[in-house]
Amino acid sequence: MIEFQDLHKAFGEKPVLQGFSLKIRDAETVVVIGYSGSGKSVALKHIVGLLHPDAGDVIVDGQAVSTLDRDGLTRLRQGIGYVFQFAALFDSMTVADNLALGLRRRGLGEEEIEERVREALALVDLSGTGDRLPAELSGGMRKRVGIARAIALRPRYILYDEPTTGLDPVTSAVIDRLMVRTREHLGVTGVVVTHDMRSAYTVGDRIAMLFEGRMRQVGTPEEIQRTEDAVVRQFIEGRAE
Amino acid sequence: MLRPYYFWSSFSPVIQSIGRRSISAIEAVGRVGHFVMDTARALPDVGTWARLLILQMRRVGVDSLPVALFIAAFTGVVLALQASYTFTGAVPLYFVGTLVGKTMMLELGPVLAGLALAGRVGASMAAELGTMKVTEQVDALETLAYDPQSYLVIPRVLAGTLMFPVIVAFAVATGIITGWLTSLVLLDLSTQDFIKGLKLFYVFKDVWFGLLKSASFGFTITLVGCIVGLSTRGGAEGVGRSTTRTVVYSAILILVLDAFWAVVLL
Repeated sequence: MIEFQDLHKAFGEKPVLQGFSLKIRDAETVVVIGYSGSGKSVALKHIVGLLHPDAGDVIVDGQAVSTLDRDGLTRLRQGIGYVFQFAALFDSMTVADNLALGLRRRGLGEEEIEERVREALALVDLSGTGDRLPAELSGGMRKRVGIARAIALRPRYILYDEPTTGLDPVTSAVIDRLMVRTREHLGVTGVVVTHDMRSAYTVGDRIAMLFEGRMRQVGTPEEIQRTEDAVVRQFIEGRAE
Repeated sequence: MLRPYYFWSSFSPVIQSIGRRSISAIEAVGRVGHFVMDTARALPDVGTWARLLILQMRRVGVDSLPVALFIAAFTGVVLALQASYTFTGAVPLYFVGTLVGKTMMLELGPVLAGLALAGRVGASMAAELGTMKVTEQVDALETLAYDPQSYLVIPRVLAGTLMFPVIVAFAVATGIITGWLTSLVLLDLSTQDFIKGLKLFYVFKDVWFGLLKSASFGFTITLVGCIVGLSTRGGAEGVGRSTTRTVVYSAILILVLDAFWAVVLL
């Protein structure tokens, strides 16, 4: 289970998170929605210790992330897959090497690594692209490689940072289907940060809205669609005013 | 006449600016200390950095050799000609060998190679790591349970420290050879006389002093490249700024270190 406990984070004078709290249960996918710059990605980075909170904490499997030492963080990260907004693939490595890097860190043998790379690429419908460089792939393909890199680790949790941003509607739908398939095949707990409502309704078991650094509302997609909260309604309907 | 309040308040912006700059300088020193501590702490993670060390040694060492040798070759020519011009009539010409040898080993070999490689090695490291930083590749590395210090920093800094003396040794040899050829062809100095001059005041310290200096330059240039590269912010413009900063800081530090070693060891 992942739990945000009264998380506070500011960058300089600018407060971003001001008491964000949310519980994510095992095997569910929670989508965190909110305006650009509302702190969704900041919250996500706290889960893997990429950012240190000013106050509050994130609890993952009973461990407070901010109190973990380097070894503790390494162990925590070995159970979490992270899909970055722009994929963050290592541009000097082939697709296969991108996937293999995290597996080598876990001390797996070369044969098992090859098998897992093949399997993960097949799951994202990119079999046969292992020898290509990230620069030779389209934006959608890069995102799928990013997802494959996370899947190959067989993590307990997968964190998706804006997985459909900047993609055309069809490619976005492919990524959505992939996230659903990943949950069904691997049974992983997922946290998805997005402002794409179609994607949120498709992949989320629950949807949580982050507004002005705090949780505004959390509920099932149906509950969110029926919301009477004016802020949430304006956001999900995409109205200017 | 200004009243005391107005007198002091007119200095206020200057004092504030000095204060801000001082605080930011102290913070920068703290960040560097923290970075070096982090790097030292990651040293036991041999399994990660050892397999990347050879690749970096090739990139820092072998790939930089042509630039260093090119510079050294022309430096040797100029040193021989300037020595002969300076010594005309007053000092025996075989001292050309002395001057070329001593200057290449003690000063110009390490310093010119260091300055050239600050541009080539330091700038390329800052650009590479800066790009990785702004495209979240460094964060990705961390989420894959790698320590960026052991994966990115240690192989580069070790490669720089180990390979710079090798590059400088080749550069010194090249400079002496071109100095000798220049003496032979343009100054009518015989090989025996050139070697006589070369051996005249030679002591083994000349060699290890130059190589020690080069190792310290290699360590500094690569460390600066890594620190500046990994603190890059702000996209392509930030990467450009980091590259420039690395070259400037490295060049300054090379000259400061050069003076430091001269004071301490000569």
